[in-house]
Amino acid sequence: MSRIQGGLINRDKPLNFTFNGKSFRGFEGDTLASALWANDVQLIGRSFKYHRPRGIYSAGSEEPNALVELRSGARQEPNTRATVVELFEGLSAKSQNHVGSLDHDVLALNDLFSPFLSAGFYYKTFMWPRAFWEKVYEPAIRRAAGLGSLSMEADPDAYDRGYLHPDLLVIGAGAAGLMAALMAARAGAEVVVADDDSRMGGRLLAEGGLIDDAPAVDWVETVLAELGSLPNVRMMPRTTVFGAYDHGIFGAVERVADHLATPEDRVRQTLWRITAKASILATGATERHIPFADNDRPGILLSGAVRAYANRWAVVPHRRNDAPIAIFTNNDDGHRTAQSLLQKDVPLLGVVDARSDAESHGDYKTFSGATVTGTRGRKGIRAVQIAHNGQRNWLPCGGLAVSGGWNPNVHLASHHRGRPRWDEAKLAFVPDENAPKGMFIAGAARGQGSTKEALADGQRIAMTVLDQLGFGPVNVPLPVAEDEAGDIAPIWHVPSSKRAWVDFQNDVTVKDIKLAHQENMRPVEHLKRWTTLGMATDQGKTSNVTALAVMAELTGQTLPETGTTIFRPPYTPVSMGVLGGGDTGAHFRPRRLTPSDTWAKTQGAVFVEAGQWMRAQYFPRSGETHWRQTVDREALAVRSGVGICDVTTLGKIDVQGADAGEFLNRVYANMMGTLKVGMVRYGLMLREDGHLYDDGTCARLAEQHYVVTTTTANAGIVYQRMEFARQCLWPELDVTLISTTDAWAQIAVAGPKSRALLERLVDDADISNEAFPFMACQEVTVCNGLRARLFRISFSGELAYELAVPARYGNALMERLMEQGQDLGVTPYGTETLGVLRIEKGHATGNELTGQTTAAMLGLGKMVSVKKDSIGAVMSRREGLAADKRRLVGFEPIDAADPITAGAHLIKPGEAMDLAHDQGWITSAAYSPHVGSAIGIGYLEEGDQRMGEELIAANPLEGQNIPVRVVSAHFIDPKGERLR
Amino acid sequence: MLIPHPLLGPRDAQEFTYLGDASLLNRPDPDAPNALEAFCDYVFLRDNPAGVHCELWFHEQGDRSWLVVTRNTLTHEILDVELATDVARRGT
Repeated sequence: MSRIQGGLINRDKPLNFTFNGKSFRGFEGDTLASALWANDVQLIGRSFKYHRPRGIYSAGSEEPNALVELRSGARQEPNTRATVVELFEGLSAKSQNHVGSLDHDVLALNDLFSPFLSAGFYYKTFMWPRAFWEKVYEPAIRRAAGLGSLSMEADPDAYDRGYLHPDLLVIGAGAAGLMAALMAARAGAEVVVADDDSRMGGRLLAEGGLIDDAPAVDWVETVLAELGSLPNVRMMPRTTVFGAYDHGIFGAVERVADHLATPEDRVRQTLWRITAKASILATGATERHIPFADNDRPGILLSGAVRAYANRWAVVPHRRNDAPIAIFTNNDDGHRTAQSLLQKDVPLLGVVDARSDAESHGDYKTFSGATVTGTRGRKGIRAVQIAHNGQRNWLPCGGLAVSGGWNPNVHLASHHRGRPRWDEAKLAFVPDENAPKGMFIAGAARGQGSTKEALADGQRIAMTVLDQLGFGPVNVPLPVAEDEAGDIAPIWHVPSSKRAWVDFQNDVTVKDIKLAHQENMRPVEHLKRWTTLGMATDQGKTSNVTALAVMAELTGQTLPETGTTIFRPPYTPVSMGVLGGGDTGAHFRPRRLTPSDTWAKTQGAVFVEAGQWMRAQYFPRSGETHWRQTVDREALAVRSGVGICDVTTLGKIDVQGADAGEFLNRVYANMMGTLKVGMVRYGLMLREDGHLYDDGTCARLAEQHYVVTTTTANAGIVYQRMEFARQCLWPELDVTLISTTDAWAQIAVAGPKSRALLERLVDDADISNEAFPFMACQEVTVCNGLRARLFRISFSGELAYELAVPARYGNALMERLMEQGQDLGVTPYGTETLGVLRIEKGHATGNELTGQTTAAMLGLGKMVSVKKDSIGAVMSRREGLAADKRRLVGFEPIDAADPITAGAHLIKPGEAMDLAHDQGWITSAAYSPHVGSAIGIGYLEEGDQRMGEELIAANPLEGQNIPVRVVSAHFIDPKGERLR
Repeated sequence: MLIPHPLLGPRDAQEFTYLGDASLLNRPDPDAPNALEAFCDYVFLRDNPAGVHCELWFHEQGDRSWLVVTRNTLTHEILDVELATDVARRGT
């Protein structure tokens, strides 16, 4: 065991867990990474490309190596960073990216082939033969690419979404963030403090220093206690602010239950949308490393992480207690690690400091002006080669801590494309004056990294922000803290003929960067894509700046000349589940139910999604074994008797006002202002480009009152465009609009016996053919006083009506119609029969109104009035559209047993089946029980001139070539006698 | 984004649908001799500047008003918002 004394773990609460099936024990407060260290597990996974053995490299969210598959079954989650997984009882994790066992990975052979797997490998290889692209290369690459595996089961957990609107969002609860939050809290501001760690305190938890002469952790606890007690403060640990969006909006994920074995009755994670008047970015810094030969072995890790493991988690990341730890640094921070370890009586090999003037900060050996030039140990470091005073010596060691300086976590500050500025003194990119509006940066995130600096900076920035937000001055005394030394030398990598890793997760080495340079991939964006540097799940948090420095050295440019690296959301990976929130399965989008939904369900209807609507598709009866049987029965029943169908989903727009008629003249292609009160007219709407986009009926209920209907699919867009016409084009017209689609239940009553049925429901109105002819409309009452609207319109081609009642009566009306029509053989029908009936009649729907068709193509060109202006009228007459000779016609198979498939293209017999010979296409098809065969309608070149001609309906997708005959699109009652 | 609605105050951009260039307010005269050319320009040609842009937004999940929003497309800063009706009445 590498567990030492102290730390912030709860030794009274041991927790059992497994890694690769082997049982281990840790404590409450451990991460999976610290618990693995405590159990001397060094080898955690295999690298992406070379399948090299890898261990834990960091102690935080920047972790490039220690990715595991967490949990099992449906909750299995790949690419989970062991460094941020809180240990819980029963946790199970598996290593990933190996074939065979972790210890004996078959693909470790890749490491031997590394000369062939260099930068740009994918672009250079797999080029030929072309026939191999899809059949050989792609499957092989797909198998080898990607990390971890998915459970292939549905996510069993729930997710939520939340919204917050604080005055101030403090991102990061380290020294600077807590100081700023305390000031803002005491000033009375509404404050949200978000921190991605389970325990707030940031590096103060890892450093073991003093604040006000007491352990820094005590100060953290005192501040957290005060903040937690204030009603104007919301503390959000386990919450990662992953993106800065426009106008002070931030995206954050709170891991509500990821620290538990299962969420039980909670959501797993919550997606927060935080709109803050101001924000303070106090996200600290991420340590970078120094590439040297074979720097990727397990047991080599960041120097600050070593301190974190020792001070917070009471573990020493080395293999055996007696094997000393070496430290390699170019700055003073490496010496802090030495001091921390000395205090814990951990054996030290010494500090290898690249600076020639380096001195020990305590009782340990310092190799000044020295570098690490190699390591040994296949599955964990066993020896380190130190170049010192012109000699290279191998020394045994059990761990190697590396410090190359600190990169401020500027990510969120650059989410609006603001580039950071290179600070030559600090050797770091610090945020420039271009952070998102309202964002202020404090502490190590802008290079103010010592405890003393961070506290003072938090205080200073908070004062500025509070002043801007209009809060009065507040006096919070600055705690006394250490101002740790931060001297650093610009030593970016140790040259070697062997591989030295820069990006561990994507296996990018210094050699790869050199190769990219040779191949002229010098701009940093090219470098990234050629080598895939920084493009792994860690987004190069530990590698990007180092890579820039190496490239700068190669090009002889300064680092800022070489380029900067900016960051896009998300800061760390965000699960798809939480982005979906609760919008999964049935909640993926709103589900709209028709007013007669309850009734239809009791009838055993089969439902179909029509946009958001759930519509009855057909109503099977016992004994019917195929949907076609049902639909044929329903269709014949309408043609011979009476059928009823809920058509509420068609859009309804109420149009009122003195200028309503004039307004409708301008939005419909045909004349509507002349419509008589009590009558309905079919209307076409064009887009301004002259194409047809919707059709429907327009009823004039009163002098200044029209009701417009639209297709189901276009209900929203027609309303939107009518509002556009009203508000943006003709604001002078006295007209108002409202969508009433959901207010009225509308039932189609169709068939020769429809009048007989309706007469039993309508109270007083005379609906005889003379009093209420085809295309009449009237406000009536039904069922003893219920207000209703009756329209004599027909989609089926039969004598037919649509009856509208307030939506809440829709279900009862359906029941009443069924009850009253029993002796008439009333038959409910669904959308499938609706389709058959309208295809038999040659009526258009969305299949024909595709947005690329015209009124002329429907054979309705004359409806576009030339006596008035309307939307699309001018453009409908342009040359290209007017010359289009395709016309809507009907098709019957020559062999009545043949099917007709919608989407099939029409070709002359004997001609090549290609676009050049394309004559048109079938838009809609159905089996017609009336005709006794399949039928179709569709657009055909000069179709109206080609009645009787034989064509091939080609459906190459299914190898279908059906001989068809061109017929009228009106398969039933072409003269329209039945509906009159 | 937050859009400061002239009647309703700041509203989340998710409540809106976007149409684009506010030049769509200037529908050509259909009776002018060059009406077809003018309509071609009106329908097919849009400005798409990197910078200040006047554009139409529809408050679909709100009060159904069309707004003319003046926005810097580089920074998403919103400089001005008016009801489209007011702009159309004034004539631009």
